[in-house]
Amino acid sequence: MPHSLSTPDVTTPGGLLLVLAVLVPFVGMLAGMVLGGRGTRRVALAILVAGLAIAIAIADALVRSGAAVVYLLGGWAPPLGVALRADGLAVVMLLAVAVVIGGIGAYARADFGTPPGVREARAPLLFWLLLLAVWGSLNLVFVSGDLFTLYVALELLTFAGVPLVSLGGSPETLRSALRYLLYALFGSVLYLLGAVLLYGAYGTLDILLLATRVHPEPVAWAAAALMTVGLLAKTALFPLHLWLPPAHAGAPAAASAVLSGLVIKGSWFLAVRLWLDVFAGVVTVPSAQTLAALGAAAILVGNIVALRQARLKLLIAYSTVAQIGYLFLMFPLAAGLAAAQLDDAAAVNGGLLQAISHATAKAAMFMAAGLVYTTLGHDRIADLRGVARALPMTLVAFALGGASLIGLPPSGGFLAKWLLVSAAITTAQWWWALVMLVGGLLTSAYVFIVVVRALAPAPEGWTPKASVPCYQQAAVLALALGSFLLGMAVFCPVDVAGIGRAVVPGIGSP
Amino acid sequence: MTLALAVDISLALLVLAVAGWIIAVRDTFGAVIGFVAYGLLLALVWIRLAAPDVALTEAAIGGGLTGALLIGAAARLRGTEAAARAEYPGALTRMLAAILAVTVTAALAIGVLALPDPAPTLAPAATASLAMTGVGNPVTAVLLAFRAMDTLLEAIVVLLALLGVWSLAPDRAWGGCPGPRRLVDPDGVLAYLARLLPPIGIIVGLYIFWIGADLPGGKFQGATILAAMWLLVIWAGLADTPPISRTWLRILLVIGPLVFIAIGFAGAITAGAVLAYPEGYAKPLIVAIEIALMPTLVLTLALLVAGAPQRMPLQ
Amino acid sequence: MNTPTLFGLCAVALVGVGLYGLIVNPQPLRKILAFNLIGSGVFLLFGAIARRGATVGMGGDPVPQALLITGIVVAFSATALAVALVQRLFDEAGSVTLAPDAPARAPVEPPDA
Repeated sequence: MPHSLSTPDVTTPGGLLLVLAVLVPFVGMLAGMVLGGRGTRRVALAILVAGLAIAIAIADALVRSGAAVVYLLGGWAPPLGVALRADGLAVVMLLAVAVVIGGIGAYARADFGTPPGVREARAPLLFWLLLLAVWGSLNLVFVSGDLFTLYVALELLTFAGVPLVSLGGSPETLRSALRYLLYALFGSVLYLLGAVLLYGAYGTLDILLLATRVHPEPVAWAAAALMTVGLLAKTALFPLHLWLPPAHAGAPAAASAVLSGLVIKGSWFLAVRLWLDVFAGVVTVPSAQTLAALGAAAILVGNIVALRQARLKLLIAYSTVAQIGYLFLMFPLAAGLAAAQLDDAAAVNGGLLQAISHATAKAAMFMAAGLVYTTLGHDRIADLRGVARALPMTLVAFALGGASLIGLPPSGGFLAKWLLVSAAITTAQWWWALVMLVGGLLTSAYVFIVVVRALAPAPEGWTPKASVPCYQQAAVLALALGSFLLGMAVFCPVDVAGIGRAVVPGIGSP
Repeated sequence: MTLALAVDISLALLVLAVAGWIIAVRDTFGAVIGFVAYGLLLALVWIRLAAPDVALTEAAIGGGLTGALLIGAAARLRGTEAAARAEYPGALTRMLAAILAVTVTAALAIGVLALPDPAPTLAPAATASLAMTGVGNPVTAVLLAFRAMDTLLEAIVVLLALLGVWSLAPDRAWGGCPGPRRLVDPDGVLAYLARLLPPIGIIVGLYIFWIGADLPGGKFQGATILAAMWLLVIWAGLADTPPISRTWLRILLVIGPLVFIAIGFAGAITAGAVLAYPEGYAKPLIVAIEIALMPTLVLTLALLVAGAPQRMPLQ
Repeated sequence: MNTPTLFGLCAVALVGVGLYGLIVNPQPLRKILAFNLIGSGVFLLFGAIARRGATVGMGGDPVPQALLITGIVVAFSATALAVALVQRLFDEAGSVTLAPDAPARAPVEPPDA
């Protein structure tokens, strides 16, 4: 009886890896808390390697079986129990996050070491613990199949992200962190309200079961609207973006990379999951158009404000506001393809690639800005002379990351925008292609300005304020190169992202 | 209209009135006092909704700990009241906010009235599987068997929140004691209460914890009462908060989730799934997890109220 | 009108009251209180839904009841983190305004042992 056969859910080979992907980072956090000081960094770096291996093993299990990897926790099948599921979308995100976290960890080794003569210092200890917590929470967001477990995952992500913002402890960062926390809590409570309504109407919180039970009716519309708005507040989609730039720009560089590259992707991914899997039969094309219209506004406003920034980190943060906009262009395109009975893979893969190429590029750019700050002692854009001489690798990394944001071939951003544009043309929604074109032009303007300023020769007798270790520059360059070469994913023999995608009834079917 | 329904209607109106007061009253301190009363009223509502476990949690955490936390903060921030009032938005913003609030409420009310009848429920499924868990309280069975993952993650959530609170320490106080040093007033009423209440509170807290396997109650409610007793002793100045660098403290903080995870993974070998229990051992393992979670929860809940480290311990 | 529906309606009214307070009140502590009101409204709605799912021998659906306990503890953790942030902001800046262009006042030295 407990293992009721109301769903075909069974644990698949490799399912245990999903539990490990979620719990190993948290075990690292717990162990790091006890060890303290230098031990914490050692544990964290060991977990970075282990976690990457787990992510690769999950991808292997997925590709081998050609179906989603599933684990029933405690052997209890939904609706009573909780299932972890990793389809292609989740696995691609798991891998990307593992790689980006690895790059950030390698970079942060230099910035977050315990100073000599001290047993334990605040910022280093917390950075490593929070990095692991962000990772575990993100993995949970990707693989959890239950709306309430996902609520807990969102809260974990918030509690890990907020202290990263105020790690420096200045009044401005504290204020940004508080504003971020209030937005994020508001977002989670709206999300929970939607989940509660769904349980009241359909008696389950399991995503697959809900997909078969949800009908287009007022309760489902209300739930979809509440959850979407809540997740938009957490993802900082225009006009709920005001908390983001000061929060992301004020944090230490490695923390900014985590926040801007990774944390916001958690709530975005959940919105995608809900729209594609739970509410596929409930949401309408006009509502998807509204989301994309907000995205288009974010692209224009974010890029224009970024152009007017005087400080490099704020420029990068506003560019995140714009790039989040691209992430929401996929919704009407996927809905349009589905409505035309066509494969929505172009739109979905485009959105997914955009998320990954932004994660890698933005992490690299924030860390590059951190190295610039260390070297110059400031990050005023008008005054970047000498960077090219002092930090050649870093400047190349910044330019490659920028190229990916603009969408130059063969970058991940290029392939993402190519897929989105082709989906826009197939579904006769050419205006989104226009928005992407204008956005790309604006992006290239500010990337160009920064690179030109940084190429200017240093004044006579100028010396860097501090030298940065070579491996930090290498980590930044590796992430940026990854983003720049991500467009090669088009040659991938299997459409990994499409494996195990839940087949759900389209709009209008019962 | 039956008498019970009349009582319910009055209770609902009272809850709404107190909620309105919390929002409308000028003084933040007054709003916080209102919030404590609100927590206790909600506990009554939970009893009316036949959820005694939730009632205990609401009274202990929603009213008690949250109240203690907010009262302290409101008292410290009294000086900022005037500045905050100057920022109060104009009539237009307030009107738009009111329209938004009314619209959302109306839309949700339609949703509530449209909920299906008979309501979908997992109660029969839980009843059918209850015997396999060996515990008598179905809520405990959900928390530690059917959805044990949520409970494990929740223990990590509170710990992560505590790390967040600690991250707000000034660098010079890192590793030190949370909160200001309280001075002992041996004849004060707080010191009197701090000597009188803890023995009773500890027994009540442990009792609520112990019966939780079969009756309403459990680790969260029990841990909250124990945490409150510890805070009382600290606030009376009879004991100080421990420096957060102490290894024993760190170990007790992580022991609960670590034991939970260890037993969970052992289940993969002995019972075929992570967080499953081998047949016949479910109840002892569930009790073992709850015992391991107790020190973690007591310390975390109390230290969340105590706040960020502020000073190094006196030598 | 039965008990669960009554408290379900009370719950959504609480969400509205909290939403209003969250928007209009500039004081962070009051925003935290308003957030708690919205949260309690959501929890109460979940409780009403649990009560609707009562069966013979069970006063309510135990799954939402258990999730409510988790939710209340999570909301408390969030409140504790937010209150700690407000207090530290007050210690450092001498004010708790959330306005982005807040004037930087002389920091107030926190009470020290």
